[in-house]
Order: sequence, then structure tokens, then C-alpha cells
Amino acid sequence: MIELTTPISEEQVRGLKLGDIVHISGIVVTARDAGHKLMVEERPTFLDELLRGGVIYHCGPVVRKDDGKWSFVAAGPTTSAREEPYQAKVIESYGLRAVIGKGGMGAKTLEGCKKFGAVYLSAIGGCGTQIARAVTEVLAVHKLEEFGTPEAFWVCKVDKFPVVVTMDAHGNSLHDQIDSASKKQFEALLAR
Amino acid sequence: MDEKLRDRLVELLRRASTDLPADVEAALVKARASEEPGSSSRGIFDNILLNVELARKASTPICQDTGSILFEVRIPRGFDDRVMREALLAAATTATKSYYLRPNAVDSLTGKNSGSNVGIHSPVVHLETWDDDSVQVRVLLKGGGSENVSTQFRLPDSSLQAGRDLKGVRKLVLKAVYDAQGKGCSPGVIGVAIGGDRMSGYQFAKEQLFRKIGQRSDNPDVAKLETELVTDLNTLGIGPMGLGGKTTVLDVFIGAQHRHPATYFVTVAYMCWACRRRTMTIRKDEVTYD
Repeated sequence: MIELTTPISEEQVRGLKLGDIVHISGIVVTARDAGHKLMVEERPTFLDELLRGGVIYHCGPVVRKDDGKWSFVAAGPTTSAREEPYQAKVIESYGLRAVIGKGGMGAKTLEGCKKFGAVYLSAIGGCGTQIARAVTEVLAVHKLEEFGTPEAFWVCKVDKFPVVVTMDAHGNSLHDQIDSASKKQFEALLAR
Repeated sequence: MDEKLRDRLVELLRRASTDLPADVEAALVKARASEEPGSSSRGIFDNILLNVELARKASTPICQDTGSILFEVRIPRGFDDRVMREALLAAATTATKSYYLRPNAVDSLTGKNSGSNVGIHSPVVHLETWDDDSVQVRVLLKGGGSENVSTQFRLPDSSLQAGRDLKGVRKLVLKAVYDAQGKGCSPGVIGVAIGGDRMSGYQFAKEQLFRKIGQRSDNPDVAKLETELVTDLNTLGIGPMGLGGKTTVLDVFIGAQHRHPATYFVTVAYMCWACRRRTMTIRKDEVTYD
């Protein structure tokens, strides 16, 4: 198990390999469909400091507010594939080092990870309550009114957020490996 | 507003979102046991089961995507359906305020979230009168990831050499699960509808998801296909969350309905491992939940 704290260096991510279990501590920013579209089309600067050497988390949390203070109730990953058109560009323009999500991403993102030094990390889908407990504090929220709770940028402090490396910074993807192995078996089953 | 009915429905939604049905949890326990000790797939099941327990104890959502809400309602003769509809919408709003549900109703034109889970055709309500004197409300909370990988095919399909028979159906279910990989949060529960039109296909496929794990079709040929598909799909190696492993599906439920002579739809409703369904029954003012 590898401990990483934000900001993360290029050297640190280049050292990760498929299957490594990583605990992320520090700051992660949630972003989904509306967020990625905005980051690419309008390139807002309010995220610059948070994302340089930083981590984006594909997540639309359940959030509660008590006495003006936000906290996460449930916060598992959402399907990352929807951000495939945007992710490589976001990695490049903000200097991201890691993206956390579920389900994996495609060739464009894998290439972006290799070129700019980033990794894709899988969290366990559906584990909303468990992952919310790794979020120790919600520091800020951006675009809440405009995007709504699931789509807003939530800036949070995490402690030992458990993830596994499934796309490394050298062009390898566990998702591609599973897809091709299962494809062979799928074809064998069809022929039966 | 029937406040008592509303509160009972809020409790139904709370249970659906925070307390995974026992049969689904048992299937996950069994899936965990089938993975090698020390393997990453076993580790994923460990986390899944821990999360299920934490959510139940804390009464917080198992998954932050508390899904689209589907209500299947049966009311006795003489029960005013408007009272039921009003209570269902109020319960969805209250359950959202109580953090049992994430606000998941977004205006498709403006992008604005209604904040309450109430909107046009949200929640989805199917309501019918039945001969029983009880009120039955079944709810399914189905996440967006699993909905995105659900799909509808037409037979015959030349690319798969699939014809209009159960062999053809088998090939399409294999394809749907292979295509989904881990994106629907595998291991999935697979609801399949054979026949119907494009609309009733999806509705009937989702209806199958209310069956309990292991509950086989009454039709022996269909039951046999269900069992075979579970075995075959679990050789694909997709595993929990698509990261590899021996369990890709928890079960396959197939239902058949009549079709137009010219059409033969096969509809696959993919449900994530967090198969959140609950039933509430009110009989002589006594409420029970399953």
C-alpha cells in the first residue's frame, strides 16, 4: 500500500503501476459532466491552485448542511467514461496528477496520462457511506447554485481515501486488459 | 395530504436507500467467498460488504447515487389514486430533505436540479387497482451508471447470428453484459424482457428486478436459460467493478411477454450490485416492509 499526499509530483505518479493500492490524503476536488465541460470550454482559473499536482474525483455526493457547515453523507465514484471527451485536456491544462472514478476511461485519457504524467485511480462504486468517512472536511463549493449538488465542484479534505491504480502513466490500462480477456471468452460463449 | 401515508412511504424510501435486501447481501457474501483469499476482487467484496453494514447502521445511503425512483403501486378498489400520487411525491421530497436521497431530477433543457427528486415524470409512478384489499408499494432505486448500460436489441441480429428464439436471446444477454464491463457497477443483477414493444420492454425488464436472488422463472425453458446464463456470464472474468474476478452477475431474471408479429425486442435492464428494492404493504392499517 502506497501513501500519497497532495500536491503529488510527476515522479510519484510515474512510479505507480497497475494494481497498486494507494491511500490519498490532502485535497481532492469533485467534478462531473457540467464541471468538465466548463473546465474545457471556459477554462476558469479559480481551480488553478487546487488542481496543480492535484486530484479530481468523479463524484456527485449526498451532502448535508448543519449550522452552515457542509459534510458528505455518501460519496462514492460515478462512471468516468462520460468525461472521456474532456479529461486529457483537463489533465494538461490544470496539471492534474490523478483522476479518481469508476469504470475506467478510454484511449485519449490513457494517452494524456502518459504524456503529461498522471494516473487514473479506481474507487469502489456503490461504497457511498464508506468513502464519505474518508472525507474529513468540506472546504468549499463552487457552482452549487448553477450546477446543483451532484454536479458542483466540492473541494474536500480527505484522509486515506482508498483507491487502486487501474491506468498508469506509462500507457497501461487494467480496463483494456479485462476488456480483451473478457472479449475472448464472450466470443467463445457465442460460438457454443 | 395523507401525512401518515407519506411518512410510511418515507420509511420505505429510507429502507430502500440505506438497507440492502438480505437476499442481495447474501449473494454478495457468496460472491466474496468464491474469490481467492488475498485477491483484489475479494478485497472489493470486503469493502462492499463493509459499506453495506455501515450504511445500514448509520441510516445513510449505500450509494450516493440514490438513483431514479420507480414506484410500482397497487391499490384496492375505492382507494383514491390522487391521494396516493400526492403522498408519493411528498415522500420523495421529504426523503431528499432527510438525506436518504440525493436530488436527482434535472431539467433537461435548463440543467437546473429541482432539488426534491420531483419533476416531470419523476419519480416514475405506475399505479393500478387490484382485487386485494391491501395497498402495496414497491420501489426500485436505480442508479444512472447502471441505467446507461441498460439496452434494447432487436432480433434477428446478423452480426451475432442470433435468431428469434431463446438461443438468440442468450447471445444478446451475453453481449449486453460483455459491453457493460464494470460500468454498471458489477456484479450486476440482470433483468431481461423478451417481446413487448419498445416501452413495455424496458418496463417489464425492470419488473424482473423485483424478483429475489435465486427466484427462477415458472417456465422451465426460461428457468434453464437463466441458470445457464449466470454460469456463463461468470466465466467472462469482468468481476466486481470490472477489475477482474469470478462474479460478474449475481443473477439473471428473464420474463417473456407477447409481441407484435413483426418485432422481437430483447431488453436488458442492468442493475448494479446495490440492488435497492423494497416493498411496503398496508393491510387493515398495519404496515409491513420487505
